[in-house]
Amino acid sequence: RTCLGARTAATYTSRHQAAQISVIQTAVDTNSTSYVDNKKSMQELLDKFATLHRDAAVGGSASSREKHIARGKMLVRDRITALVDPGTSFLELSALAGHEVYPGEEVPAGGIVTGIGTVEGTMCMIVANDSTVKGGTYYPVTVKKHLRAQEIAQQNRLPCIYLVDSGGANLPHQADVFPDRDHFGRIFYNQANMSSMGIPQLSVVMGPCTAGGAYVPSMSDESIIVQEQGHIFLAGPPLVKAATGEVVSAEDLGGGRLHSETSGVTDYLAVDDAHALVLARRCVANLNYPPSVHKPEPWKEPLYDPAELDGIMGTNLKTQVDVHEVIARIVDGSEFAEFKPLYGSTLVTGFGRIQGHQVGFVANNGILFSESSLKGAHFVQLCNKRRIPLVFLQNISGFMVGRDAEKGGIAKNGAKLVTAVACADVPKFTVVFGSSAGAGNYGMCGRAYSPRFLWAWPTAKTSVMGAEQLSSVMEAVGKKVDPKLRDRIERESESTFATARLWDDGIIPPSHTRRVLAMGLQAAMSGSTEDKKTEWGVFRM
Amino acid sequence: STTTSQGSERQPLQSILIANRGEIALRVGKTAAQYGIRTTTLYTDPDAYSQHALSSPFAINLSDSSQYLNGDRIIQTAREHGCQAIHPGYGFLSENAAFAKKCTEAGLKFIGPPWKAIEAMGDKSRSKDIMTSAGVPCIPGYHGSNQDPDFLKHQAAQIGYPVLLKAVKGGGGKGMRISRSPDDFLDQLASAKSEAMSSFSDDVMLVEKYITTPRHIEVQVFADKHGNCVALGERDCSIQRRHQKILEESPAPHLDEALRQDLWAKARSAALAVAYEGAGTVEFIFDNDSGEFFFMEMNTRLQVEHPVTEMVTGEDLVHWQILVAEGGKLPLTQEEVHERIKARGHAIEARIYAENPDMNFVPDSGKLLHLRTPEITDTVRIDAGFAVGDEVTSHYDPMIAKLIIQGPDRHAALQKMKTALEEYEIAGPITNIEFVKRMCVSPKFVAGEVETGYIEKNKDELFRKVDIPDEAWSQAALGLYIAEQGLTGSESVLSSQTIGFNTGLSGSRTFDLVEIPADGQSSSASSITAHVQHLGPHTFSVSIGGQQPLQVTSKLNSTTNILQSFYPHTRLETRVIRDPETNNLILFQQGRQYRLQLAVPKWAEKALGMKDVANSVLAPMPCKVLRVEVEEGSKVIKNQALVVIESMKMETVIRAPHDGVIAKVVHKAGDLCKAGTALVEFAGEEEEKA
Repeated sequence: RTCLGARTAATYTSRHQAAQISVIQTAVDTNSTSYVDNKKSMQELLDKFATLHRDAAVGGSASSREKHIARGKMLVRDRITALVDPGTSFLELSALAGHEVYPGEEVPAGGIVTGIGTVEGTMCMIVANDSTVKGGTYYPVTVKKHLRAQEIAQQNRLPCIYLVDSGGANLPHQADVFPDRDHFGRIFYNQANMSSMGIPQLSVVMGPCTAGGAYVPSMSDESIIVQEQGHIFLAGPPLVKAATGEVVSAEDLGGGRLHSETSGVTDYLAVDDAHALVLARRCVANLNYPPSVHKPEPWKEPLYDPAELDGIMGTNLKTQVDVHEVIARIVDGSEFAEFKPLYGSTLVTGFGRIQGHQVGFVANNGILFSESSLKGAHFVQLCNKRRIPLVFLQNISGFMVGRDAEKGGIAKNGAKLVTAVACADVPKFTVVFGSSAGAGNYGMCGRAYSPRFLWAWPTAKTSVMGAEQLSSVMEAVGKKVDPKLRDRIERESESTFATARLWDDGIIPPSHTRRVLAMGLQAAMSGSTEDKKTEWGVFRM
Repeated sequence: STTTSQGSERQPLQSILIANRGEIALRVGKTAAQYGIRTTTLYTDPDAYSQHALSSPFAINLSDSSQYLNGDRIIQTAREHGCQAIHPGYGFLSENAAFAKKCTEAGLKFIGPPWKAIEAMGDKSRSKDIMTSAGVPCIPGYHGSNQDPDFLKHQAAQIGYPVLLKAVKGGGGKGMRISRSPDDFLDQLASAKSEAMSSFSDDVMLVEKYITTPRHIEVQVFADKHGNCVALGERDCSIQRRHQKILEESPAPHLDEALRQDLWAKARSAALAVAYEGAGTVEFIFDNDSGEFFFMEMNTRLQVEHPVTEMVTGEDLVHWQILVAEGGKLPLTQEEVHERIKARGHAIEARIYAENPDMNFVPDSGKLLHLRTPEITDTVRIDAGFAVGDEVTSHYDPMIAKLIIQGPDRHAALQKMKTALEEYEIAGPITNIEFVKRMCVSPKFVAGEVETGYIEKNKDELFRKVDIPDEAWSQAALGLYIAEQGLTGSESVLSSQTIGFNTGLSGSRTFDLVEIPADGQSSSASSITAHVQHLGPHTFSVSIGGQQPLQVTSKLNSTTNILQSFYPHTRLETRVIRDPETNNLILFQQGRQYRLQLAVPKWAEKALGMKDVANSVLAPMPCKVLRVEVEEGSKVIKNQALVVIESMKMETVIRAPHDGVIAKVVHKAGDLCKAGTALVEFAGEEEEKA
């Protein structure tokens, strides 16, 4: 018999010890002057946004709200509260839509409240007109917000509940509301298509529902109407009188009783808002839709307080923020398995969990170079293959420029990242926490790359390039520069400007990033989901 | 602790049949078990799952609910199952001389006095004659056979008003009326006769002097077959409602010692006069004004309140009964009894009834949704016949339990009684627990100024409305919120975290809470609007009646139903019981019970055709309509009799809650009604004007 010779012993590493390699170490000193200053400046910004949100949430003028209540109607936010399961969170979308968009006109929240709420255990997209704002009529931003809500619903397969209380298209803006592809008509197109995909469509008619609006309940799978309050007609009494001379009351023309008893346009008749919402909840309970339950596995909260993100970030985007510190305050237990940490380190990639949901992070830690782009493309493919959703943390001024960079093929390597991001069809989530400029916006899954959700911190700045840079480029190409241009670009790149136009799905406080992402993941990854097979575009090698 | 006396002729019992139900059956079983005596219990269909029926492996079904009174069948059963003796408990067959006689004839021991003694004491007129000749003072009155109303009225005049009219065969306050002057004599007589007829199938009446400030004092006596007879102290049972006892205590407060000894001696004389054996109670009416006492009647059985005597003497009276039945001698002499009582201080018993004190103590019934009793110790005793989940039925007496407390003196016993009652939680039927708590602190009662009219005389104090504190409303709203949302289990993923900037969403929810009116009239009920906002896991903001909201941390334990809340100013632990059938909310908080309800939503009336019952007079309990005193269209004034119902073998007059016009008589005589069904409807204000 031959002796195999000496063997060494295999090491044993405990799970706890092994886990230590993933725990992000922090370098944040909460007593440092820079941290304290950052926190202070961020707090001022947060206070400003809190005020903006509070004002927008009030809705229309005091007199219109009083009138609304006097009619026995609930205010739009009370309707939503009564509709959703008590004790669950509501994720409101684009709460500052329409902010300072229409000169001389205020359209708080764009006249429509949209968001994801849990009804009878099922996450639903709720789209609710606020009739105290311009009679609930559709401004261009209202249409955009309604369509965006439907898009989210469709991508995440969320049942839609429309709480209808609207005077229809805002006539003075008809050219920007009616004719184009992504205008009013698209609402019904979406309803029909979602219904065909098995995504339930429910309407609760709690106010007027005129002309095109009449199709919202009519195109729904089930609809509820409140008697002596909800009205559905293609033309209201004044138009009827003008057209045919027929004099008829709103109730006789399109009231709840008529539609529930005679026309069959609606399926359930409610006596008031509260009753209608009880009926709506019952409808959802009967959808036979998979409930949006969370994985039961327990998770750890981050080691470091997410509230520290305020002091880490500050408001000066010129200071580079180490994105590891941000990730450490988003992921469970601050544990992050970084992929290729030593290669292309201006892009941080790796795996972590958010309230138990596994995700892959793609996060900026500086300018994108060829290496970082290649690494990013690799990692996106990896996650896509494994069906792991992707979270992009954007703070990017762009890809590297210059002779060396071009020689190194930054264009084709950047294109690889863009191709990978564009074609990956796992749920993608984007959070813009700093700059979002140039092609960096594309490589990091900007709005055009259809992330399921895109949120921005108040510090976010979105533009093709920085205002100063833009001015100097303009000068360099010999254009006479409008002295006001710099200011205008500056203003247009601010997060208030962006969110008012729905370039994102809402502004969030940095400390809420974890819970917002968790809610988004919950919407995307539980309940009704769809499996797809990815086809990649040609990667230029 | 009982010294066993060994008579040579003593024949030990090995097996007895308990011809009763509920707590007394359990009580007898307990002593029997202690001495190794096998017990056989009886039950009827509605009692199949009741505690007494389940307490012994030998349980015999008698079928329908009237069968507890079927003596022949019970005797037959006892013989078939090899029982040597029958313990009749109290009520039912316990004072039925014919039954006792039949037992003896069948060779069974009747654990009670000889049938002849029962017979002698059962007839009120005859018992008084016997007592008078034995030198026991009797109340002036006419106990003769002449029942001519005018003759009786003449007798009343001779005795002097006020007078008491009482059915000779009566008991338990039925067939009893007071006439205050010649003007109302004939009316009261007729009414007493009719009640006596329906209760006892006999309407022979006696007339007696009525004492204005009487006390009910009774003496527990015990006699053996060897001519021994002792008085085991007296009990004061003056606190009564509907002529039935609620609180009993021993010794009687403020009773002169000489008088006490005289009472005991008279009671013994009474027992010896009828050659008594076993346990008996001699009842006296004590005139608080003159200090005189008069023989009322002798109860030839163990009484409901016997535990008071047991607590104050330290003896087991059921064991004494068995000893006597076996032919043994009494374990204690009169002198020893006296020493025992002096050493043991005071004992008091509260009867816990399913009844509504605010509606003149009408009986209630229903399932015991929750039951928590104070801790049992040497000085805190509970005799109960019900457990959680049991149904208090309308077929039998609505007594749920007896709580007996012993203390070194009356004050100590009362204080402990109050604390024990605060720990006594019953959800389901309405009980008198809250009322008894008030009794325990009623100043005159605490001072020992007892009399049978105490409740009536102090009703303003005893029935005053007590406000519901804000925290109780708040706990109710939180309890409902948490329990109904299933938030008691593990954390839901993002439960109630604010997401993003505060946009006024996940706003507060409104809870319109109303008190369940104790007197059944919605006009007297308090109500409040609570706003509850869920701020985060276990964190809520609660505003009561438009006041400044408070931030509360609240957790509900789904096993104990205890809601633990930390308010800025205090911690509160509240047990929140929801009645799944009625949506009633019963709260126990800091020793008080609150009965609340979520108001019917505004839309429900229109959408479901639910009618506000404000204009209806409802049946307070399951009942049979005996008479309807009004017609549709009649104008009635407040407190006018509308309907007479019968429930739990008691007649109750349903009176008009306010002036008005009767729009509809919903039920006619003979109809059986559930609790809460409308009996008559009043015309609404508009209809009245029309």
